[in-house]
Amino acid sequence: MCGIIGVIDRRKEPMDGLRIKKALSQMNERGSGEGAGYAVYGVYPEYKDYYALHVFFNNIHETKDALDATLEQWGRIVHDEEIPTYEQPNLRKTHTPWRYFFKPDKKLMAWSKSPEDDIVTYLVMKINAERKGSLVFSSGKNIGVFKASGWPEDVANFYRIEDYAGYLWLGHNRYPTNTPGWWGGAHPFNLLGWSVVHNGEITSYGTNRRYIESFGYQCTMYTDTEVVAYLIDLLVRKHGLSEELAVKALAPPFWDEIDIMAPRQKMVAKALRLAYGSALMNGPFAIVVANQESMVGFTDRIKLRPLVGGTCGNRVFVSSEEAAIRAMEPDIEHVYMPRAGEPIIGKVIP
Amino acid sequence: MSIGAIPSRYRIRIDRDQCMLCERCIESCPYGVFRKNGETIHVDSRKCTACHRCIAMCPRDAISLLEHPIDYRSHPIWTREVRESIYNQARTGKIILAGMGNAQPLPAIFDRLLLDACQVTNPSIDPLREPMELRTYIGKKPSRLEIRRTPEGDLDLVTELAPNLEAETPILIAHMSYGAISLNAQKSLAMAATEVKTFMGTGEGGLHPALYPYQDRMIVQVASGRFGVDINYLERGAAIEIKIGQGAKPGIGGHLPGEKVDADVSATRMIPVGSDAISPAPHHDIYSIEDLKQLVRGLKEATEWKKPVFVKIAAVHNVAAIAAGIARSSADAVVVDGFRGGTGAAPRVFRDQVGLPIEAAIAAVDQKLRDQGIRNEVSLIASGGIRESADVAKAIALGADAIYIGTASLVAMGCRVCGNCYRGLCPWGIATQREDLTARLDPREGSVLVSNLIHAWTLELSELMGAAGINSIESLRGNRDRLRGYMLDEGILKVLDVKPVGA
Amino acid sequence: MTIDANGMNYTELNTRLRAAVAQGIDEVVVNNVLGQRFIADGLKGNIRITLNGVPGGDLGMFMSGPTCIVHGNCEHAPGNTMDGGSIIIHGSAGDAVAHSMRGGKVFVREDIGYRGGIHMKEYQEKRPILVVGGTARAFLGEYMAGGLIIVLGKNDGEPVSERGIGSGIHGGEIYIRGNVQERYLGTGAAIQPYSAEHRDRIAPIVQEFSKALGMDPQPFLDAEFTRICPMSSRPFAGKYTWE
Repeated sequence: MCGIIGVIDRRKEPMDGLRIKKALSQMNERGSGEGAGYAVYGVYPEYKDYYALHVFFNNIHETKDALDATLEQWGRIVHDEEIPTYEQPNLRKTHTPWRYFFKPDKKLMAWSKSPEDDIVTYLVMKINAERKGSLVFSSGKNIGVFKASGWPEDVANFYRIEDYAGYLWLGHNRYPTNTPGWWGGAHPFNLLGWSVVHNGEITSYGTNRRYIESFGYQCTMYTDTEVVAYLIDLLVRKHGLSEELAVKALAPPFWDEIDIMAPRQKMVAKALRLAYGSALMNGPFAIVVANQESMVGFTDRIKLRPLVGGTCGNRVFVSSEEAAIRAMEPDIEHVYMPRAGEPIIGKVIP
Repeated sequence: MSIGAIPSRYRIRIDRDQCMLCERCIESCPYGVFRKNGETIHVDSRKCTACHRCIAMCPRDAISLLEHPIDYRSHPIWTREVRESIYNQARTGKIILAGMGNAQPLPAIFDRLLLDACQVTNPSIDPLREPMELRTYIGKKPSRLEIRRTPEGDLDLVTELAPNLEAETPILIAHMSYGAISLNAQKSLAMAATEVKTFMGTGEGGLHPALYPYQDRMIVQVASGRFGVDINYLERGAAIEIKIGQGAKPGIGGHLPGEKVDADVSATRMIPVGSDAISPAPHHDIYSIEDLKQLVRGLKEATEWKKPVFVKIAAVHNVAAIAAGIARSSADAVVVDGFRGGTGAAPRVFRDQVGLPIEAAIAAVDQKLRDQGIRNEVSLIASGGIRESADVAKAIALGADAIYIGTASLVAMGCRVCGNCYRGLCPWGIATQREDLTARLDPREGSVLVSNLIHAWTLELSELMGAAGINSIESLRGNRDRLRGYMLDEGILKVLDVKPVGA
Repeated sequence: MTIDANGMNYTELNTRLRAAVAQGIDEVVVNNVLGQRFIADGLKGNIRITLNGVPGGDLGMFMSGPTCIVHGNCEHAPGNTMDGGSIIIHGSAGDAVAHSMRGGKVFVREDIGYRGGIHMKEYQEKRPILVVGGTARAFLGEYMAGGLIIVLGKNDGEPVSERGIGSGIHGGEIYIRGNVQERYLGTGAAIQPYSAEHRDRIAPIVQEFSKALGMDPQPFLDAEFTRICPMSSRPFAGKYTWE
């Protein structure tokens, strides 16, 4: 089931975590207390030029040295520390969350057009696939994901989410189906600048996974959601599609709708389906995807999951429920429900 | 002869109380099983092929048929088939010719794969009330797109799309040539393909003018014999298929005996009446993979790069690497024909012993193409032993874009899989050129039977997809997560990349 | 009686509503409603409940008799399997409004989402009614087995411009203001003539709707409607063959 929420301040004014915590808890009926999480953009201004790697260690003594060594092979650890946490009666601390601020050594992937991003992607895939007791769950610049198994307010209190501030927040209240409620399975999922929260189940997961794996991504989280982050990374970062077109590829119009489009529009729509048929996501879903510049929310092609959009001044909201948006912003100006496959987009004003 | 008579394969019995001496059985049977003798119908069971035509035509249900009416001493190794082949070859000293597909009692992998359905965590989709997309494009797909925004804000596609066939179902009709089957059978298939908006193959027998009205739904074949191939033929087809091999007889050519080459077949194949039509084992301009590329490009150049070119191979041990080579030849689709593929005539030893199951071939080819990052370069069409809609779903879930049905489309027109196609006496008017027999198949009726079948399978396929919460065929393609293996060993599960049941 | 629902769980809210019915109270105002699901779930009686705010999903589920007036939008499925009474929404509502409704009325002043009126059904004297002031999205009246849906399209543009209207409909009827493009009809749905008889049939409902929501009924009464009915009560009878 799951409840999702996102908000962006288009002028990049920071918002602390208090309101999103309240809004996410508003949707507890949609969760099961087995996972919740938050992603916040603009959270580490003092380290904004370094990749912020958030890591779950099974325990520090066995695993951390190995991870440090791997990172140092590929670049420089500028700073690292345990992420402060605060004991909660209803949350069992099965992992130790840690953060690194990391600078990859460009020379080590000199052939690449984006060596730093590619090094970090490679490291995330490698570390997570090896399963040696450390899991990188957040890897973007000036971005932090905070998640765990538990109810949203417990997870928020565990990290004291109100102590963090940023211009873009995603939140997720989980009701797991395919995988147990482990920490790595909680949302948001993140890779580099991309973060995803997802409600629903992707019936085309096998197709999507085999497609994305042929581009070198590795699905290691036992869940259908991570594939969305990789698909967006491929389509937007590597293939250069706009967010709107990427959404059109993932949740395209039906052929009978394409058949009656004007010729030019039809060519684009047809080409997207031909090229990205294996990226098409099927089954019921509502998804919010974010990067440093924008936030995009959309649903499956026949709208099997709810999604509500809203605006208030420079802020754009998206959520599973209107009540959650109102909990975050009681003075919301405009609330609406987008059509199936139609994106709600909030972009930073340049 | 010292061997004497071997037991009759079938025994035909007439219920004399039911029989009204209408003689329809005598008319029906071109093999001469029945003859009138005074006031009774006399039966010679030894001539029977179990084609069932007499049974189908008997107005009183008076005829019954028994297979293997005489037992041998049972033996697990020295089976009836083995012993009878030895008697046959001891007598004749010849290669045994056989018809239809592989007759070995090996389990079909398809039967040991189970499909998935939704419960609770996502809704199954009702395909009759909600959109269900089975439209299938066959051909090269771009791997990525370049799209430009015009100053007016419109989007413009810069990438050029390669020609693709657009079918409304992933079920295509396989290549069966005029010569191997009758013109009425081809017409039936062509009309059905047009009706359900799919495609059919011409086989390598050329394109009869009677089929020109359906040419937009026909894939013209270029095989090693190059029968009927000229620029007119190439231009008429919606696509062109180069046949390298076929699943029923990988590695060997074909032979249409001169007695089947009547005036019409002669005109279509462009060879003299009564001449044998011999298809060599290889194409004599293709002795290596780069030669294939040359033929593919030669065909494209001839047709101004407007038509997709397919390459068909038999599923042999190294099928994945071969397919990957084909994907690099400019071909638009690779057709893989599994070892259960049908034929009008093939040496029994090839039909039964050479090649691979299509299920393993699909899995291996799809994975190899993905590993090499060239999956979008070619479509994968699977054929050989597709018997029902579930096989279609499983083939696509393993990674095929579309499938060909051959035998199933003939069965739809009455074929009883008797396996005597090579004798040219098909009592159903399908695998024959004898006028009185071909007249038994009315193309209009035949086309309804075949289009009904494809329609029904397509409906079942959409029900299966809907139950799995999938409303577009793209999301089933290569979706091996929605398959589970039942009673398959670890090795084959690994090849198929499918989890066992319960996992 | 007034209830402040701020931070209140739906079970507590419903307990208080049931108690009000038991005490014979016939008018309750609930303020600060925000996301509480199942309000008036299974509630019987003739109570009139005014809800100020945004109720959560399944408002009035299995409800039999009461009237709920919402000043705000609704989430998914208000009127789910409702038996009797009314839900009057001064705003919009989400997907699956009036899902499997068996009786009573759901009036929505503005728009509804996908699958509105899905599988509404009628039996004997029970005939559910869904009226929408604005627009409805795809699959309106899907599987509909009875009852009545009216879409008034009070604003500019087509009231329904998406696929699957009445897909699988085998009972009941759908009235949509203005013309409806044939391609938006679902399997088994057909446009039937709209005559004076039908105008007379919907007029009192349109008047009741307009009165409840403070609108002028005249433009609706003057307008032409498209009437969509089942082609057959067994639209998929020809689907199967015996083994």
